Amino acid sequence: MEILVCVKRVPDTAENEFELNGAGNDLDRDDLVYSVNEWDNYAVEEAIQMVDNVGGSVTVVTVGDDESEEVLRREMAMGANNGVLLSDDAFEGSDGNGIASILKAEIEKGNYDLILTGAQADEGAGQVGGMVAAMLDYPYASLVNKIDIIDDKKINVGREIEGGNQEMNELQLPCVLSIQTGINEPRYVGIRGIRKVAKVDIPVKGSADLGLDADSVGAAGAKTRRVDYFVPDMGEGAEMLEGSTDEIIGKLIEKLKAKGGL
Amino acid sequence: MTQIFAYVPFNNGQAEDVALEFPEAAKKIDASATLTAIVTGSGADLDSVAGEMSKIYGQVIKVDNEALAYPNAEVVRKALVNIVPEGSIVLVPHTTFGMDIAPGLSVKMDAAYAADIIDFQGAEGTTLKMIRQELGGAVSTHVTADISAGAVITVRPGAFAPVDGGSAGGTITDKSGDAGDLSSKRQFLEVVAAEIGDVDITKSDVLVSIGRGIEDEENIEVAQELAEAMNAVVSCSRPIVDAKWLEKSRQVGTSGQTVKPKVYMAMGISGSFQHLGGVKGNPFIVAVNKNPKAPIFQVADVGIVEDILEFMPELTEAISDL
Ligand SMILES: Cc1cc2nc3c(=O)[nH]c(=O)nc-3n(C[C@H](O)[C@H](O)[C@H](O)COP(=O)(O)OP(=O)(O)OC[C@H]3O[C@@H](n4cnc5c(N)ncnc54)[C@H](O)[C@@H]3O)c2cc1C
Ligand SMILES: Nc1ncnc2c1ncn2[C@@H]1O[C@H](COP(=O)(O)O)[C@@H](O)[C@H]1O
Repeated sequence: MEILVCVKRVPDTAENEFELNGAGNDLDRDDLVYSVNEWDNYAVEEAIQMVDNVGGSVTVVTVGDDESEEVLRREMAMGANNGVLLSDDAFEGSDGNGIASILKAEIEKGNYDLILTGAQADEGAGQVGGMVAAMLDYPYASLVNKIDIIDDKKINVGREIEGGNQEMNELQLPCVLSIQTGINEPRYVGIRGIRKVAKVDIPVKGSADLGLDADSVGAAGAKTRRVDYFVPDMGEGAEMLEGSTDEIIGKLIEKLKAKGGL
Repeated sequence: MTQIFAYVPFNNGQAEDVALEFPEAAKKIDASATLTAIVTGSGADLDSVAGEMSKIYGQVIKVDNEALAYPNAEVVRKALVNIVPEGSIVLVPHTTFGMDIAPGLSVKMDAAYAADIIDFQGAEGTTLKMIRQELGGAVSTHVTADISAGAVITVRPGAFAPVDGGSAGGTITDKSGDAGDLSSKRQFLEVVAAEIGDVDITKSDVLVSIGRGIEDEENIEVAQELAEAMNAVVSCSRPIVDAKWLEKSRQVGTSGQTVKPKVYMAMGISGSFQHLGGVKGNPFIVAVNKNPKAPIFQVADVGIVEDILEFMPELTEAISDL
């Protein structure tokens, strides 16, 4: 099974307190800690396990800048066989459709049976996988939390739906799946693992290599744009309890008593 | 004139709540636009939902086909592409079904796509202004979409005020004949129900709910002790279940349990909409989080900026001493 996994470098929500920059049009990115999108680690782990079982190879791909190379190396340290960086100034400002168009062009250059994405990334859109599938006319299933390979023509997948119920589907290959967290337990990657792949060559491809018309991607091709970031009017928000921990606990206990919590 | 179509999903003959929220969303996009509900399915359930929708919407389109009996997103998409006129705006809820169908639908319609919209600020010419969130709700953004060739937009359930049912007396148009070829390379097989665990968190009046802030499996004990002191039950957010630290039956949220406690103690939970989607009945929410900017503080009744690993044991002790 030849598997391509799309991965993205994103600001780590667990490690950062987000602030706006002075102009208010972007996050203050100076001190942000980045990592691989959480969902993508599950997708890569799933791909590696499938290839362990049935043979084949795992390729990881990202659309990003030079710094995105580090996430490819991390996923290769997990066990992905190849990495490809799709990078070009012309890609900047792409919307979801633009990213999907770039990925589609790379997919068409290969011979993949299965394309995996994460269920969603930092922007909470969950769009790229479904778009890539529609562009390629491949069948698609989102939020996949179980994959059974039936033969080299079809697979059964479970989709996690509301209430934790699971919707089972049969898909013909090649297909695109977006992977939900919890499908597996992504393996740990140590410094040693990263070092092992530090020198592996990762090809970089731009719009000319992919045969893309520069106007169809990037800011020029984007129908959807982020105008700015802002801090919403929070309304009343929570009543924040302040003081020493003892004082806070005293106030909290009174409230809990009043509300039936104690 | 702008045409807006709202795709209304239903279960067991019952339209999802978002059916009542689309009209408000549509009004905020363009108050002069015509709004049409689309329902797809098969048989009596479909007819009853179409009937219900005609009380709320001026126009209802129904598409009846055996292949649509279960809403397989790939099949529904094919039907919509054939039925929705070019250049229209299509609204779909941002649910597991919406995430499945909408991105591909936008590609097939050659339309703009916007996901998980929580508010609209109207259109200027062909530019529609919208609000959404990123980074698990930590930041908000204004986005625009060029809707000159139409748009597919998923709206967050619960984000728009519901209309009061009604008596629209809408017309129901049967477009079953226009659905076209509904063959698919994806077949729906069955729905497997979620496993039932040993504890039913939906029965407890007080929940001590832990999130990724618990940091380590061993620390769960600290939450259990607090729960015991409060005569409460421990529930959790999704990452705790993904890590296999607690059973799936303890997960609160859209892909877990819906709970209606009196008191909800959110300990080290950031407050994503998928988590809060499972907290219903307007409980008294206490949030403890070491990040003063955590989105949970926007919805909690009481907020405390502390490290839960230090705070919970002290609270347990103080309660035990009462
Ligand atoms: C389709 C779909 C369905 C989903 N369904 C669900 C669902 O049903 N339920 C659900 O919960 N999620 C669900 N999610 C995931 C959801 O989007 C969030 O990723 C998840 O809710 C985040 O969990 P969290 O708040 O525990 O973790 P995080 O977002 O990582 O937040 C952890 C918080 O803990 C704080 N913290 C860290 N350490 C400490 C400390 N020592 N003391 C105090 N505070 C601390 C941090 O400041 C942070 O605010 C779903 C996602 C998708 C895409
Ligand atoms: N720039 C990118 N490069 C490669 N894959 C991406 C990129 N952006 C999104 N994806 C893939 O699409 C998934 C969903 O992201 P999104 O549609 O942005 O929410 C991610 O988990 C990735 O698998």
